[in-house]
Amino acid sequence: MLRIRNLDAGYGNLNVLRRVSIHVKPGEIVTIIGANGAGKTTLLKTITGLLKAQAGEVLFNGQDIGAMPTERIVSGGCSLVPEGRQVFPAMPVSENLLLGAYVQFKRGNKHEVERDLDRVYALFPVLKQREHQLAGTLSGGEQQMLAMGRALMARPKLIMLDEPSMGLAPLMVKEIFNIIVRLRAEGNTVLLVEQNARSALKIANRGYVLETGRIILEGEAEDLLANRDVQRAYLGRDAE
Amino acid sequence: MFFELFFQYLVAGLTYGTIYAIVGIGFNIIYNTTGIINFAQGEFVMLGGMTAVTLYGFLPLPLAVIGAVLITMVMGGLIEMVFIRWLVKPTVLRMIIITIGISILIREGALLVWGEGVRSLPYFTGNEISALSLGGVRLSPQVLWSIGVCMVIVLFLNLFFKHTMLGREMRACAANRDAAALCGIPTKNMITLSFVLSAGIGALAGCVVSPITYTQYSIGSGLAIKGFTVAILGGLGNSMAAVAAGFILGILESFSIWVLPTAYKDAISIAILLAMLFIRPSGLFGNKEAMRLKDF
Repeated sequence: MLRIRNLDAGYGNLNVLRRVSIHVKPGEIVTIIGANGAGKTTLLKTITGLLKAQAGEVLFNGQDIGAMPTERIVSGGCSLVPEGRQVFPAMPVSENLLLGAYVQFKRGNKHEVERDLDRVYALFPVLKQREHQLAGTLSGGEQQMLAMGRALMARPKLIMLDEPSMGLAPLMVKEIFNIIVRLRAEGNTVLLVEQNARSALKIANRGYVLETGRIILEGEAEDLLANRDVQRAYLGRDAE
Repeated sequence: MFFELFFQYLVAGLTYGTIYAIVGIGFNIIYNTTGIINFAQGEFVMLGGMTAVTLYGFLPLPLAVIGAVLITMVMGGLIEMVFIRWLVKPTVLRMIIITIGISILIREGALLVWGEGVRSLPYFTGNEISALSLGGVRLSPQVLWSIGVCMVIVLFLNLFFKHTMLGREMRACAANRDAAALCGIPTKNMITLSFVLSAGIGALAGCVVSPITYTQYSIGSGLAIKGFTVAILGGLGNSMAAVAAGFILGILESFSIWVLPTAYKDAISIAILLAMLFIRPSGLFGNKEAMRLKDF
């Protein structure tokens, strides 16, 4: 579904990603774990065209999306839930969700938007309760749900999540991860970028370890969980 | 006699107030979607008035006004596409300086096309000497025209931004451009649209007030300063507040003539602008809470 080959990216003269290659198959959760500043967000920004790649290629369903503007990538079915939620704070929850449905309106699936809205409210009942509240007044966890709901309104084929657990209470983190698992059960494909490596690897099918802009390890999620280097560096467990 | 004079000044203030308000609204529309202050805003008013006068040479007045508004809208869109659209991650300062350059370009272009002459459209109803008498105050019908048009514009904009999909998309683009792009919204088109919209509004204002204030190639930059003062006074981004601020500035200026030499009239707005920027940059009606949520 998503295939990235030898991607170089960065900001101006600053090179962040070096020859990164990953792929995501339909119906799986793939996670990219790594420390602060490893280049995780840069990678997602480059995939969605918010940042232009310096070299390498990004294929989405066989199509090269490397040079496309963000809005075309999104309407092609590749959505990002950005780091820090980025909801529209001065608009109510319902309007945030309707904006997420922009590509559905453009595709002419106007009548389906109502159904999608119900679906999102079923997935996040708290959003239904807060329907008319300004998004900026929601709690961090609720904003994360809103950002996810907004991305789902576009009916993406691939949904990418950038640090959904950041700054959330442990209980809320658990809930968010449960919802990610549920998204996969409903046939979605998820690319999950996380610092919370243990929770991410527990729900993922496969994982990549990103360190200072390079993929240093990849494999099945349980193999990574059992890997001693990963344990030492990312799971906070000292090797005896 | 005192009250008659008082109301006469008040009416004059309201008339100028409407045009300041409309220029201020134009600032706000572009500011809201792009975060830039378009100093060519006053030029749209001038272009609208001048084009309408030219079109009036061979078209009936209503068609001339509509034509002038449409032509100016196209100009606004073209300006955005030629000068702004292709910039890659421009800084706000760079964009503001570009708009100042655009305003000089338009002004000099207008000088070439129309010369230095002062022109004006005929009164929409009646003529220079026809007046409605309201309790001893003589009111030109054109004053009612400009106040009415200003109200219609404000009402239309409110409906547009609050209740249409397109308006909502433009607001999303204003609040967070990356997030809007991630919703699939073509943000660059929204920016073009904001230029088209504010050009159209400016042109309409230019046509309506042209019979009273006259139009010349050079009126744009003066209006831009007044409109900017109004936008700051009301609180950047808030179109309703810009209307109130426009009236306040218009009335202040008008009454200043009563006590100060006329030459000081323009100094009033500069003084207000500086005072606001120093003391209360969020504007008279700027809501601190909303400012924080809005992030501008």
